[in-house]
Amino acid sequence: MAESVKDQVVAIIAEQAILEVADINMDATLEDLGIDSLGLVESIFAIEEAFDISVPFNANDPSASEFDISSVTSIIGAVENLVAEQKG
Amino acid sequence: MHRVVITGQGTINALGADVAQTLDAFKAGRCGIGELDIRDVDRLAIRIGGQVKNYDPNAEFNRQQISLYDRFTQFSLLAAREAIAQSGLTFSDQLAAQAGVVLGTAGGGMNTQDENYRAVYEDGKNRVHPFVVPKLMNNAAAAHLSMQYNLKGPSFTVATACASSNHAMGLAFQFVRSGMTKAMVTGGSESMLCFGGVKAWEGLRVMSKDACRPFSANRNGMVQGEGAAIFVFEEYEHAKARGAVILAEVIGFAMSSDAADIVMPSKQGAARAISGALIDAGLNASDVGYINAHGTGTAANDKTECAAVADVFGAHADRLMMSSTKSMHGHVIGGTGAIELLACIMALREGVVAPTINYDEPDPECALDVVPNEARDAPVNVALSNAFAFGGMNAVLALRKAS
Repeated sequence: MAESVKDQVVAIIAEQAILEVADINMDATLEDLGIDSLGLVESIFAIEEAFDISVPFNANDPSASEFDISSVTSIIGAVENLVAEQKG
Repeated sequence: MHRVVITGQGTINALGADVAQTLDAFKAGRCGIGELDIRDVDRLAIRIGGQVKNYDPNAEFNRQQISLYDRFTQFSLLAAREAIAQSGLTFSDQLAAQAGVVLGTAGGGMNTQDENYRAVYEDGKNRVHPFVVPKLMNNAAAAHLSMQYNLKGPSFTVATACASSNHAMGLAFQFVRSGMTKAMVTGGSESMLCFGGVKAWEGLRVMSKDACRPFSANRNGMVQGEGAAIFVFEEYEHAKARGAVILAEVIGFAMSSDAADIVMPSKQGAARAISGALIDAGLNASDVGYINAHGTGTAANDKTECAAVADVFGAHADRLMMSSTKSMHGHVIGGTGAIELLACIMALREGVVAPTINYDEPDPECALDVVPNEARDAPVNVALSNAFAFGGMNAVLALRKAS
């Protein structure tokens, strides 16, 4: 299950960044990957659709949202938690 | 070049059913934002808005009219009735031949679209009312105004998202200033507080779930409103000759495009529109006493707008007042500039500056006098009204106290 969440999130981020999955560094920030504010909102939408979850996120202050977007790894962890909470 | 004055104003919005009620709310710092009362609200994440409440269309319009008037058209007609009555103008002969109506709206008949898409997609109906198209079209409100008041000159609708009504009023100003007409009816209207309208905005993740707090450090997004404001713009000598009450003078207008990003605002684009309006009006920066801000309550707009004002006004930025009345009536999208012009006219006529309510914490990136929480008595001779839209389209009007 955890592996699958990771793979799907990385695939979503790779698509937004127009990169190969293999080129996504787990410690990278979205900014490092060239994903801007619109790309971020689209990524979150894609995650919500893929996992059928609701992600708490307000673009006015991304850092204050409960959803940690500071790196690819943190996003995967946050999605795993949300899946466990909302689908568990 | 002819002087252009405002001889009529009318409105309906979350703060009131007319200008008097709206100005009372501005003076009291009253908030018109509350829980949305719309179908399927339980399926929305955003459940607040500046909704026009206690409004019964059947009390204002007959059944045939309602079959043709979307809510945004109804609001336009009600606001126009007040404005044109106040102006005392009757449009006939040469005046009617030249005068037109230019309105701003972003969504047009959004409620009509929402209801009829629901009918065919969700309810599975295969038939819709015959007037869906003339009811939802963006120019419907302008068209009905032209018909009702015999306005036979140039009439159309401007759609530049959140700057629509400032663009509309700016064009009406230019028409009268150029001498092509003695009067224009202008303003804007919006009504997208329906399930689809709010759901679409929700998707962008820029909406606040609890309040609109422009310039406050704890702001967390915009809140949508609805309503209309309509004005009569008239050539000064024409107004003077008939003894009309002059509410304010429109003295300048400028537009600019960021040519940069579809949603992120640009300081340079905003600054060019503000300084352009000063140049068009022949003003020095130090002449300006009040700015009605675009002030959406989003992180991006408010800091960018403050930076643009600081750039244009220099040291004078710390002496002028700038408030966002969106904190009270919500962001009325294509109609917002028109409703906000009421606050500019109030400042010029009555020397009362509408506040930015819900202001809790100073933000160093918005370090201007935002007239926090309480209206202020202060003489104002010149006011600006800012509008900076998605798409990077900016429009700023300059007004002077009637003399």
